Amino acid sequence: MARSRQVRRRRRSSRLETIAEPANSIDPARRDALLAGLRDILRADSLLLEVEDTRPYECDGLTLHRQLPMAVALPETESQVERILRLCHGLGVPVVPRGAGTGLSGGALPHASGLLLSLARFDRILAVDPRARSATVQPGVRNLAISEAAAPHRLYYAPDPSSQIACTIGGNVAENAGGVHCLKYGLTLHNVLRVRGLTMAGEPVEFGSHALDGPGLDLLPLVVGSEGMLAVVTEVTVRLVPTPQVARCIMASFADVEDAGNAVASLIAAGIVPAGLEMLDQAAARLVEPFVSAGYDLDAAAVLLCESDGTAAEVEEEIERMSRVLKAARATGIRVSTDEAERQRFWAGRKNAFPAAGRASPAYYCMDGTIPRRYLGAMLKAIQAMERKYGLGCPNVFHAGDGNLHPLILFDDSDPGSVARAEAFGAEILEESVRLGGTITGEHGVGVEKLDQMCAQFDPATLEAFFAVKRAFDPAGLLNPGKVIPTLHRCAELGGMRVHSGQERFPDLPRF
Amino acid sequence: MEAELERLTGRIRDAVASATPLCIRAGGTKDFYGNEPRGALLDPRPLSGIVAYEPSELVVTALAGTSLAELERTLAGQGQMLPFEPPHFGEGATVGGCVAAGLAGPRRASYGTTCGGVRDFVLGASLVDGRGNLLRFGGQVMKNVAGYDVARTLAGSLGVLGVIVEVSLKVLPRPVAEETLRFDMLETEALSRLNDWGGKPLPVSGSAWAEGRLDLRLSGAPPALAAARAALGGEPVDGPGPWEDLREHRLRFFAGDAPLWRLSLPSTAGPLGFQDPLLIEWGGALRWLRTERPADEIRARAAELGGHATLFRGGDRTAGVFTRPSAALMTIQRRLKAEFDPAGIFNPGRMYAEL
Repeated sequence: MARSRQVRRRRRSSRLETIAEPANSIDPARRDALLAGLRDILRADSLLLEVEDTRPYECDGLTLHRQLPMAVALPETESQVERILRLCHGLGVPVVPRGAGTGLSGGALPHASGLLLSLARFDRILAVDPRARSATVQPGVRNLAISEAAAPHRLYYAPDPSSQIACTIGGNVAENAGGVHCLKYGLTLHNVLRVRGLTMAGEPVEFGSHALDGPGLDLLPLVVGSEGMLAVVTEVTVRLVPTPQVARCIMASFADVEDAGNAVASLIAAGIVPAGLEMLDQAAARLVEPFVSAGYDLDAAAVLLCESDGTAAEVEEEIERMSRVLKAARATGIRVSTDEAERQRFWAGRKNAFPAAGRASPAYYCMDGTIPRRYLGAMLKAIQAMERKYGLGCPNVFHAGDGNLHPLILFDDSDPGSVARAEAFGAEILEESVRLGGTITGEHGVGVEKLDQMCAQFDPATLEAFFAVKRAFDPAGLLNPGKVIPTLHRCAELGGMRVHSGQERFPDLPRF
Repeated sequence: MEAELERLTGRIRDAVASATPLCIRAGGTKDFYGNEPRGALLDPRPLSGIVAYEPSELVVTALAGTSLAELERTLAGQGQMLPFEPPHFGEGATVGGCVAAGLAGPRRASYGTTCGGVRDFVLGASLVDGRGNLLRFGGQVMKNVAGYDVARTLAGSLGVLGVIVEVSLKVLPRPVAEETLRFDMLETEALSRLNDWGGKPLPVSGSAWAEGRLDLRLSGAPPALAAARAALGGEPVDGPGPWEDLREHRLRFFAGDAPLWRLSLPSTAGPLGFQDPLLIEWGGALRWLRTERPADEIRARAAELGGHATLFRGGDRTAGVFTRPSAALMTIQRRLKAEFDPAGIFNPGRMYAEL
């Protein structure tokens, strides 16, 4: 089912007008030229052509969408990447870059007639400079490995997506990955100083620098979060921050999800910026508790995790203030971690929510909308109504401090009806996020998964501006084509007669 | 608002039709910055006012022509602030100009936690492009990766991509307490200490070294300040310290007519080695220089140290005040300009001749 839907999507996007889109087939002569060129550049074991070798690359963390690439390249040096890109650019062959493949939106989904460019062998930490508080690493270095390398200097890399043991910094840059500490420490963008890479034409480029700003237009915010569509990353310099002396976490229970949502707003209104602020609803707490024994209150409608870090004196004072605010906000129970092991246990539940969902259900579908914090309670209630409407369970974990939701829709992937309902459920959550003034994706990216919802969030002129950005970096349209930006035709066909703010969405577009 | 927006897009379409360059300018407080402004005046101030401000969301949305002072007063009324501490350089400063100039003040290089420049706190923006289309990028939420982050690229764009109509900014609570410590030390020692401190969990939110004296601002909860004071030493300074005068360039260092250069460098870069008056900010990452030296010499030294130099105020602007990016980056910037402003009417040449 998932596969046939994907094929349908392809056919649609091949009618794209706004940017050249590579065709889905390649003639044998061009294919031969490509393979001969790749063999010149790469060692034999760095080029995968047989289906049994390319199969592991057919999808990323979004397994609903699968596509075998024509070939997989595993280069080891920047000059190899440069030559590969020049070759593909010359032959008009699409290139899809890939890190660890943990992405959740299909951003690394291969192109049928394209090359899958794995950066997995770019796995060296090039420098840790404790004085400059920075580390320069290759894109295939795992997120957590950076903090491990910096630990002897009492420094660490702050963004910590839940997949941090596996995901790589190259992928983090592509997705502008977040994590549980972004409210206080920022997203990937805020913690990256410099990205070195290559354009699709094979031209070396450096965005940002070791200084805090650069001359000219600041292109770094375009590249970070561009889902591998603007440049291939070959080196990243990240900012390191001092490891806090102490971190403690409050676990607060609430009898009502709206109370928990309001407690989040009260904390912020009190001038507190917690190091982490996360919420689990009852279904999520019950899902993970047997898995991690975090000690969550399973009778509570929602559990809030609220962390303070800094010096011992600072943390003591802040924990005290946070507890006062939470109690005033109708928390029914409050526990404060007494040591590091307990703090880690509190977080273990939150960080293991996805694997727990995977254990409890044949499949789950993780959504990623972000909404203004004040609507958290209302959103949870809306999702509860959708659970009944679609007949599927949906535990919720939230980056509450950022208003970033991760509903986990539980479904059965062997049952086409269940898959269809899960997809419709997810789409409704995202459209509700947009309606509440939020966004369809806070940190997982659009990839191929949310192309349709992009039509709900952006008007045609803005979508066209995204194509304009794409053209400025990659005029040939060969780097990770078909992701992130839906064509106006797609939006028109799909939304068809979608009505938004009392106006038809695409009044100027001819209908077919 | 709708009527004003229509007037604005009308002006833009007319300018395109008659190939008339436009100079986007509100209070004109930053006329001195960038290359010489030219073109017919386009004043965005009719588009003014705070559109949405929900303190518990830590987000404010304002029209571009909103007075920056008014915005900061509104935030202060709720115990909040713009964390990048933008300079106003005059009473007429507006929110749109603040974003387009992309300049940040002493708090830019707060150690450790949330810090950043203007772009780091831009969450969304709307813009009228060179076709007269209203484009809406980003939004009002902290985390948003739908589409390319064009809103943040508008920070420091000097209006070359279009007319900013509205921006949403992340705001933060004002620190509970602040204080200033003063140290007597030479340049090399100051650079060394600033980088040492940067690697420690200290609540430093501003630094300024000039003429053998280093001022350090601490921000945070009283226990954190007490602990930092004990660790750092130095002499406590009475009152609010020099920070407001520093961000507004009202310190004696900034007086007079000698050209003012701004060097943005890695914080660990060594001394410039010039004998000209120098003021160091941002933990070593920003160096202000008063000098008549040739531009080439200053830019070469900045490049050698891993950064770039801008002729910030005064001097001869005709040779271009900004350092040129690499050819590859310039190509991308030229293409971006051509996409957003095909007729080349917005602030032409303000940043570079080709933009």
